Amino acid sequence: MDLSAINPVLLIASLMVAATPLLLAAIGELVVEKAGVLNLGVEGMMIVGAIAGFATAVESGSPFLGFIAAAIAGAALSILFAILTQFAQANQVASGLSLTLFGLGLSALMGQSYVGVKPPRMGDIHIPGLSDLPVIGPILFGHDIILYFGIILTAAVWWMLKYSRIGLVLRAVGENHDAAHALGYKVLKIRLAAIMFGGACAGLGGAYISLIRVPQWTEGMTAGIGWIALALVVFASWKPWRALLGAYLFGGVTVVQLNLQAAGVAIPVEYLAMSPYLITILVLVILSADKSSAPAALGRNFHASR
Amino acid sequence: MIRLEKRPQPSRAWSMATPLVAVLATMIFGGLLFAALGKPPVEAIRTIFWEPLFGEFSFYYRPQLLVKGAPLVLIAIGLSLGFRAGIWNIGAEGQYIMGAICGAGAGLAFYPAESFLIFPLMVVAGALGGWAWAMIPAVLKTRFGTNEILVSLMLVYVAEQFLASVSLGLLKNPEGFGFPGSRNLQAWDSAHNAELIAGTGMHWGVVAALIAVIFAYVLLNRHMTGYHIRLTGEAPRAARFAGVNPTRLVLFCLGTSGALAGLAGLFEVSGPSGQVSIDFNVGYGFTAIIVAFLGRLHPVGILLAGGLMALTYIGGDIAQSNLQLPAAAIQVFQGMLLFFLLAFDLLTNFRIAIGKPEVA
Repeated sequence: MDLSAINPVLLIASLMVAATPLLLAAIGELVVEKAGVLNLGVEGMMIVGAIAGFATAVESGSPFLGFIAAAIAGAALSILFAILTQFAQANQVASGLSLTLFGLGLSALMGQSYVGVKPPRMGDIHIPGLSDLPVIGPILFGHDIILYFGIILTAAVWWMLKYSRIGLVLRAVGENHDAAHALGYKVLKIRLAAIMFGGACAGLGGAYISLIRVPQWTEGMTAGIGWIALALVVFASWKPWRALLGAYLFGGVTVVQLNLQAAGVAIPVEYLAMSPYLITILVLVILSADKSSAPAALGRNFHASR
Repeated sequence: MIRLEKRPQPSRAWSMATPLVAVLATMIFGGLLFAALGKPPVEAIRTIFWEPLFGEFSFYYRPQLLVKGAPLVLIAIGLSLGFRAGIWNIGAEGQYIMGAICGAGAGLAFYPAESFLIFPLMVVAGALGGWAWAMIPAVLKTRFGTNEILVSLMLVYVAEQFLASVSLGLLKNPEGFGFPGSRNLQAWDSAHNAELIAGTGMHWGVVAALIAVIFAYVLLNRHMTGYHIRLTGEAPRAARFAGVNPTRLVLFCLGTSGALAGLAGLFEVSGPSGQVSIDFNVGYGFTAIIVAFLGRLHPVGILLAGGLMALTYIGGDIAQSNLQLPAAAIQVFQGMLLFFLLAFDLLTNFRIAIGKPEVA
């Protein structure tokens, strides 16, 4: 075992990379849940985004186009969920599960000819001066652009929910859809928009895994990150900045266990690989006592009878 | 203008008809998907649904129907109890794995003894393993209010890692030339879950699945606990006023579904699969969710749905070898089925009305 081989600067830098897919998916789902909809299909939308982004990037040679395709694919899949729950009034838990099962199959089908292919790399930004600083440079100023986009998105969602009119309406729909309907807001349209936003974010998160973090395509490569993102929303008590904190925490756990595996710690690899899931459960247990911040209409369907 | 009008009561006729309509819609859209993949659509659908039952080699495939259907029915029966009461165990795959590990481990501890007691011991250990794994989300939910969906699902990934660990370590066959995986239980008479009648595919798992169907039917229709489950699902507030104990219900539903999933896992490793290996599980725990919904959460419905889903597995295998249809296409096909089922369920609870609503 050689722990001195672990470089703390690289550790923090890779922690931020590991956290970004989680952050993107969690921020999307946070908006969806704020609108009163529980979409358990995050894992399915992520994996479809992962392959759609990967395939587009490989075919076009542009990772940027790949990310756009991933967002579109995630949003397209989420429309299926919206049709089921918002129009057909189906149970949200069952619909979300079906989205995940369908997405896992669909991605495996789409990805057959992409196993073992190398995607085009997305370059890291380089700001002369800042990026060359010791320690701070590689941690803060040497990443790809999507990582910064995730942080900006968190800030934008926080501002939108707290200070904008759209955010207020969104929260009203999530707290009491009957009252929002009576006030003349289009509950279904607002929820549809929120669901599609969530889908696009999950798709981006998936593509981040297949294009930047890993980067290659393997079947089922999201490995539960979509589900951890769902847990993260609970952890964050539906607050964007806490979602960022949570994503970095989970990113940290993932990166540390990978580093310990590489350093050859005396704990078997399988037990280290369990740790992110076990810590998710632990965090859920600690934070489940307080449910007061959950949107009141979460998971309930709306049907305008009058 | 087309509107939806809520029915005063869910339509019984549509409730029975929607699974059939969903299967038809899946065949049509599945056919389109296969056509898009460049395969003959009618031929592919015929291969999946007809070939295993009445084709040239049906004498081989018909027993397979029982082998693949039994674990699906066994798991789905357990899941349906919880789903009816709004308790969502979606980690059956993990409980299936843990049941298999515990059952096989309990048996292998006595290797190479021969005794008629070993197999019953393995069955009990398998059920307990699955039960214990399901008790984790159950106790966390009742004690701390933790979401059972997320916890049970996280435990699937934990169980998969544990499976990898025991197949490479604790349960690894010492005479296996270093290959991962346990001893082959098929080669050890005391532990082998053999066919009860040769050539029929009928093994103890099938018997257990049939018993589970009858047990669930009696429970739901003739027993107080079953009544409480239905009441909690349909009117949670009324159930609380009627004195239903939610803690007991959560423990019962999750525990039962875990034990049944564990049994399914044990019957699989001691029979058709033969050994505990890294990838002996093929996702029955997730497919069983589709089976439970397709069967309308009703025991008899689940029995039929399990048969249908087993058919798509076997037919999918045949289509894979005859038409080079990719395995993932069948997975998409199964996922589509659940989609259409949920969508057509609209007709059970709503009536489609044409024209302007009357002013009350």
